[in-house]
Amino acid sequence: MIDAVLTKRLRQIVGENNYRDDQEARISHSYDGTPMLQSLPDGVIYPSSTEQVSEIMKALAAYRVPVVSRGSGSNLCGGTVPVAGGVVMVMHRMNRILEIDMENLTATVQPGIITGEFIAHVESLGLFYPPDPSSMKISTIGGNIAECSGGLRGLKYGTTKDYVIGLEAVLASGDIIRTGGKLMKDVAGYDLTKLLVGSEGTLAIITEATLKLVPPPASKKTMLAMYKDLYGAARTVSRIIEGKIIPATLEFMDNPTIRVVDDFAKLGLPRDMEAILLIEQDGDSETVERDIAKIREICELEQADRIEVAENREQAEKLLTARRSAFTALARLRPTTMLEDATVPRSRIAEMVLRINEIARKYDVAIATFGHAGDGNLHPTATTDARDKEEVHRVEQAFEDIFQAAIEFGGTITGEHGVGLVKAPFLEWKVGPAGLEVMKGIKNAFDPHHLLNPGKIFAKETRKRVVIERG
Amino acid sequence: MADSHANAMATLTPMGKPNIEHANPLARTMLAKLDYDQLTNCMRCGFCLPACPTFRETGLEPESPRGRIALMKAVADGLMDPDQVFQDQMNHCLGCRACEPACPADVKYGQLIEQARDAIEDHAEHPAAVKGLRKLAFKGVFPHQSRMKWVGRSLAAYQKSGLRSIVRGSGLMKLFPAHMRDMERILPDASGKGVVERVGTLYPAKGEKIATVALFRGCIMDVMFAETNVNTVKLLAEAGFEVVIPSEQGCCGALHAHSGEMEQARALARANLDAFKAADVSYIVSNAGGCGALLVEYDHLLSEDPEYRELAAWFASRVIDVSRLLAEQGRLPVFEETDEHASTGPIRITYQDSCHLRNVMKSGDAPRKLMRQVANVSFIEMKEADRCCGSAGIYNLTHPEMAGQILEHKMEHANDTGARYLLTSNPGCLLQMKAGVEKHGAGEQMEVKHVVDFLYERIAERQE
Repeated sequence: MIDAVLTKRLRQIVGENNYRDDQEARISHSYDGTPMLQSLPDGVIYPSSTEQVSEIMKALAAYRVPVVSRGSGSNLCGGTVPVAGGVVMVMHRMNRILEIDMENLTATVQPGIITGEFIAHVESLGLFYPPDPSSMKISTIGGNIAECSGGLRGLKYGTTKDYVIGLEAVLASGDIIRTGGKLMKDVAGYDLTKLLVGSEGTLAIITEATLKLVPPPASKKTMLAMYKDLYGAARTVSRIIEGKIIPATLEFMDNPTIRVVDDFAKLGLPRDMEAILLIEQDGDSETVERDIAKIREICELEQADRIEVAENREQAEKLLTARRSAFTALARLRPTTMLEDATVPRSRIAEMVLRINEIARKYDVAIATFGHAGDGNLHPTATTDARDKEEVHRVEQAFEDIFQAAIEFGGTITGEHGVGLVKAPFLEWKVGPAGLEVMKGIKNAFDPHHLLNPGKIFAKETRKRVVIERG
Repeated sequence: MADSHANAMATLTPMGKPNIEHANPLARTMLAKLDYDQLTNCMRCGFCLPACPTFRETGLEPESPRGRIALMKAVADGLMDPDQVFQDQMNHCLGCRACEPACPADVKYGQLIEQARDAIEDHAEHPAAVKGLRKLAFKGVFPHQSRMKWVGRSLAAYQKSGLRSIVRGSGLMKLFPAHMRDMERILPDASGKGVVERVGTLYPAKGEKIATVALFRGCIMDVMFAETNVNTVKLLAEAGFEVVIPSEQGCCGALHAHSGEMEQARALARANLDAFKAADVSYIVSNAGGCGALLVEYDHLLSEDPEYRELAAWFASRVIDVSRLLAEQGRLPVFEETDEHASTGPIRITYQDSCHLRNVMKSGDAPRKLMRQVANVSFIEMKEADRCCGSAGIYNLTHPEMAGQILEHKMEHANDTGARYLLTSNPGCLLQMKAGVEKHGAGEQMEVKHVVDFLYERIAERQE
């Protein structure tokens, strides 16, 4: 429950209608895109300016009320579920593009703008903002920054962190800081910009961002290669990179995914293939043609069973359908879909996929794997039913094993979804006890009273690692 | 390896509903009526949010499909009381179902919102006047085609007798809310003579017959747009179809289903099944997206009716929109624009989707295909043509503020096309867009027409 005096103050700051504590508001801000998590906030607030955010933080800090800032709530790590109650701060009203600077090739935006709309606007001006998380039709730039979202273009173009060059943010105290700027070089002190990117709303509330834009590629070509041998597909990925080609897209689907996608989209995919690679290259047309020809040679050398190169945009769209349908096809199988993002060095992809399949069999659960082969970022996806507690428990055990396998292969527990609530018990596996202490120190420096998104990133207890001897 | 995997993925285990004893009677009904599997299927990814018109207008999570489903589930789970705010929110949805194609998990949102409204209606305590009006409209008029005709005749008398001009002149309409006044102004000339009275119950195909089809004439369509029904029959005949019009058919029940009157909707569905079962036809043709969308879901509507289940499935599998039938199987005549405007170059036309034709009947491409066939016409795709115009059945009468806001944005896009004609596939959308042109139209008056009328009037050479 929020104190009546504080409630009055919050309404004073944002206006009567922009702070709500009724049932409807609380229920509809008690979840995000993560399955099986729900926790009610005490109130929901919709600020419209940095000054309002600052005033809100001062008021909340005085009463030690926690706050979870969010955009559309589409994250997959439980990052915006208000587990400690308090106030959910929705940034949707702060959704303006403040400036597109054509001389410096930067965009300055408020955090609540929808990423897809921002991208469309930038492209209409003949520019390019590469980070393209699958949720971009609904996720916000602020949310993307908080989670350091990736996407299909990560391999060649990097992720959100590579495009955020300046931030304005409100601290837990209500103080406003500005980091970075329209600068390609800036080494004045610690890089707070990069620190805030991916901080999951636990260090500050982002109220404005300056983003780097780049010129768009002139042309693009798409191809598909299918393999009966998983290692052939994996070696193809390595050889492409060894051949000094960095494709714009290098996506992967395993056999269970291929079957599910074929059932759903009726594409006539060969069901006995162990892997499909979707490859795209962009750039000036001469380079694109040369790269695609080289990649084709590599696919043939690694005994791809079938290779299809799109001759035009229409054919390319057809080839893209298979990969694009993966999530939808899996989501329709069972009521609950758990999509993870264990990531390994790309040289270990084949081993990782085989290990995932082994783990799925061990726990008798259904897991299909697809993802971004080029950067080793896999999406093992379990389909289950939240109401079947026993099965859900087995799925959770399987994911624990998968995280452990990723670490074993030199990888990480999360490549692009964030730690949030779901992976907090496993963070120490990746960063070690000393690493975790440093992170806690940073958290305390920014937010001594733990008011910003409490309960996220840092678990009360690290999950015990079961060390399995492998003969 | 892969096999056992794939098999494990195919096994479905329906888990049913939680076992909760609700103290609140509405919560009890909600739990009983809601399809709990569908509630669970929503994985809260949020992909439906940008597709939802009320979310786009307000930016508020509870005004989105994901939010509304979360609220329904919270009521069913006993996490919240189904208070007035909740009930209003359920009725605030336009029912356009644009969220369904956007949903990766294929959640049947349209069914959930109807189940929720049905439950709410079971416990509703309407003021006496509203109760009377609902009863009059839903039970007294719509289900009875003869009474609809009477309404049509009365309206026609009102419009033709000069009474309309007296009423308008007297300022009597000022007593009604503005949105009702707007609607009265754009109502087309009604008629007590429907399609059967004008062309009979059997209309032969021109040339070699491709198939025999039945026309679903609709209740409002046949009173307010009887001419469109006649043109539909004649256009189908021109394209090679023999058309029968079972005279016992009545209202489809869509307005009832959308307003929580499920039992009444089922009764109407049964009556229509009885009316059509004797007709040995290849297709049942609808020319109103709103009606067609319910007709194709009769199988779902009567899925728990052992007597009618099979017949409903037969019926639903044969329902098709007139545009789709023409575009995919018709022997199309040559369409040509001969309007004087066409002499200075092709005239521009544009199209406003019927949400239910697009999102439920999945036939949004068909009208566009037909429009592109007309000579001397250039089809301009309107920005966000696939978004609801705010008509949404009778939503524009029950929620004028939201509907007006949506319409205003819609008209900005319509005006941008510079079209001479704006075409639609549903009577509700047609009236709403007419109201939009009246209110927000720019420059030279844009004419709003049903696709069928536009096409029929542009047949270059009729067959004998």
